[in-house]
Parts: sequence; C-alpha cells; structure tokens
Amino acid sequence: MAGFNKVVDTFEEAMAGLEDNMTIIAGGFGVCGVQAGLIEQIKKMGVKGLTIASNNCGLETYGLGILLENQQIKKMIASYVGENALFAKQMLEGSLEVELTPQGTLAEKMRAGGAGIPAFYTATGYGTAVAEGKETKEFDGRMYVLEEALKGDFALVRAWKADTMGNLVYHNTQRNFNPMAATAGKITVVEVDEIVEPGELDPADIHTPGIYVNRLIKTQHDKPIEFRTTREA
Amino acid sequence: MALTRDQVAQRVAQELQDGYYVNLGIGIPTLVANYVPEGKEVMFQSENGLLGMGPFPTEDEVDPDMINAGKQTVTAVTGASIFSSADSFAMIRGGHIDLTVLGAFEIDIEGNIASWMIPKKLIKGMGGAMDLVAGAANIIVTLTHADKHGNSKLLQKCTLPLTGVGCISKVVTDLAYIEIEGGKFHLKERAPGVSVEEIIEKTAGELVVEGDIPEMKFS
Repeated sequence: MAGFNKVVDTFEEAMAGLEDNMTIIAGGFGVCGVQAGLIEQIKKMGVKGLTIASNNCGLETYGLGILLENQQIKKMIASYVGENALFAKQMLEGSLEVELTPQGTLAEKMRAGGAGIPAFYTATGYGTAVAEGKETKEFDGRMYVLEEALKGDFALVRAWKADTMGNLVYHNTQRNFNPMAATAGKITVVEVDEIVEPGELDPADIHTPGIYVNRLIKTQHDKPIEFRTTREA
Repeated sequence: MALTRDQVAQRVAQELQDGYYVNLGIGIPTLVANYVPEGKEVMFQSENGLLGMGPFPTEDEVDPDMINAGKQTVTAVTGASIFSSADSFAMIRGGHIDLTVLGAFEIDIEGNIASWMIPKKLIKGMGGAMDLVAGAANIIVTLTHADKHGNSKLLQKCTLPLTGVGCISKVVTDLAYIEIEGGKFHLKERAPGVSVEEIIEKTAGELVVEGDIPEMKFS
C-alpha cells in the first residue's frame, strides 16, 4: 500500500489484525451485499469471542452464518435472525448472546457511530422490550428512547465498484447497511466486484468516499439468491 | 361470510390514494399491491432500500442485488430510487411514508400492537416492524378477527410482547373494518353477510357500535 492506494492482494492482508473478542460491524441484508470472502477468512483465522453487528446472521453455508460452526461469535446484534437453525440452537443453549435491535435503530446506531454521535433519541421501541433499562425522554408530547451508537474494531463492507483510492459505488439493493458500516469501523475492509483506476468513477456518483476505507480486495465469490421469485416473460 | 385473504387486501387497497408512498408488510399486506385502484398511482417502499418496487423479474431480469425486504428477487419501476438502510428508515421514522400496512398477532383498544414475538416460540426478531409502527402516521393493520379456536385478537389489553404503543387506529379483519379512538374499538363496516352480533361476540376489547353498520363494498 502506498499513498491512497487501499488495494490488498490477499484475504490474509485484508483481515490482518483481527483478534479474539473484537467487535465487527458488517453491512448486508439477507445474502445481499455480504462480504463472503472476508467472512471465510475470519473462519480460517479461527478468532473467537466476536461481537458482530449486522442486520442478519447469514445462512449456515454463506455469510456470517459460517462463523457459527466453530462458535466464533459470542454476541450478535441484529434485527432478524430467522433462516438459520444453528443460530437458533446456539441461542437457545445460551452459547450465543443475541441483542435484537429494530432495523432502523440498527442502521442509525451504525451511522451515529461513524459520525461521532454517541447516542440518539428515537420513538422506535418505546414501551416495548427493546426500551427496557434505557433512558427515555419526552419531546413535544411524545416519548423517545435513548439508543447508543455502535462502533467496530473492524467494519466489513461489500461494494460493486471501487477505485484504488477506496471510493465506492454499490449495485442496486446491495447498498443496504454497507454505507453506514463503512463509517463505523476503526479498520474498514471492502470486498468489491471490480476495482478501477482513480478518475474512472465520477466524483459526484460516489456512494462512500474513500476516507472511510482502509483496505480493498476484489471478491472471488458469485452472488447467491435467497428466494428466487420470477414471473412469466 | 368472512373475507378471504385477497378480499382483506382489496378492502385495504380502497384506502390507497393517488400519489401515495406505501410500505407493505409480509403476508396479506403484500397482496394489497395486486389491487391498486385503476387510475391511481402509488409507489411501494421496501425497507431494505428501494422506493418504487416493481413485480418479480422475468428469468432474464433476475439480479441477486435487487431484492425486497422479504429477500425475494424483484424489479424497480420507472421512477424508482435505491438508497441505504439509514435513508430508508429516515423515510419511515421521519413520517414520510403515506401508508403502512402490516399484520399483527394482537391489537388492543389503546392502539397497542403485538406482532413480532410469541414467548417460548422461536424468536426471529422484529426486523423493521417497530420502526414502521413508530414512524408512520397512517397505519392499517390486517389480521384475522379471532384465532381458529375462536379467541379474539382484538383485546382490551395485548397479552404478547408489544411492537409499539398507541400507534394503531385502523384495523381490517376478515369480519370488519374497525377504527380505534379514545380507548375503544369503533365498528365502521362489516364483511358482507357477517352480522354485527358475530363481530361483537368475537371482539374482546370494548367495541362501540353506533347506528347501522354498512357492509363493505367490493367492485
């Protein structure tokens, strides 16, 4: 790496420095916009005790779900964790701690974490189990819950195109939580479909500016589909 | 006769106004998209970051990076936009969505809703439901009036863990259209052929019945 060139050649380099008991913020929604190669590298490294914040926990064979096999995840912060039998098993056994978080609150926790905002008030979850033990406050006659920001030792991001300086463009709904995750990591690692030279992306069309990105690696994965629904041509 | 799932969706669709941005939940609410009244334009929002969700793609159009909140492959209509989850929930939590339609397990007279968790059953998570009920000014809840044992789901007080408090004012069931106001259910319409007596019998929470209750109309 030199100057603003963020490109690394191996997945070992991409995830170098990840240790036991660290916190990871990961973009992705279902299996869309998931950092499959980076997560496989985490599995290879065998680090344990991880706290991971991501909307879902992948499938047993793809995405964050593969880290369940060797019990590498200590705590999962997510909005929806269906579609994964091993996850349910570890949760019920008590070996996996789960903090269910409303989807919008989760996105905002990541955004706030990246933007230097330690906490924020939201109406979401007021009067429900989500608000238990949290401060509440009235504004204009309505009650709000204080939610704290999330920051990670690492952030994992999946993008479509990047220039070598780490400027990112996402493809369709691959974007989801990835732009917020990108801002919330001490080390942000991006797995990308295609890497181009600086100047090839229009500065006005960048979704995530390179300032948030530390490392960039080209993916080796095809994109799976969770529910393939089609209509007659 | 109790309404079918499609008839519930049809009744909800009568509430769609021209130019509405609408978020539909999973299940019966999804069917509402099939009954947009002729001559009215609406845009459907999918909370994973798509405004202007279109039909399922043809085989040739399938794109793994184009999915809805149910993780199904979809398309985008002309005039659609795609954005991050934070932007998506800013729309929802900021009150920019004109109508939200979602299912529920229970509703009560205070406008509380329970829709995400049944204790001792597998917990999957609330997804975006808590954000949707907290953020939308105009919400329609669809649910069956009673369970298969005849136990009412329209209660004096919800028994299951809540998704939101005091946020529901319109309910379409298989038997009736009901509004919630001043800590009471108010019967507004009944399904064709369903008697007021049956609705009273199957509504556990306090129900106000004023004057003649018209039957729902389906064109």
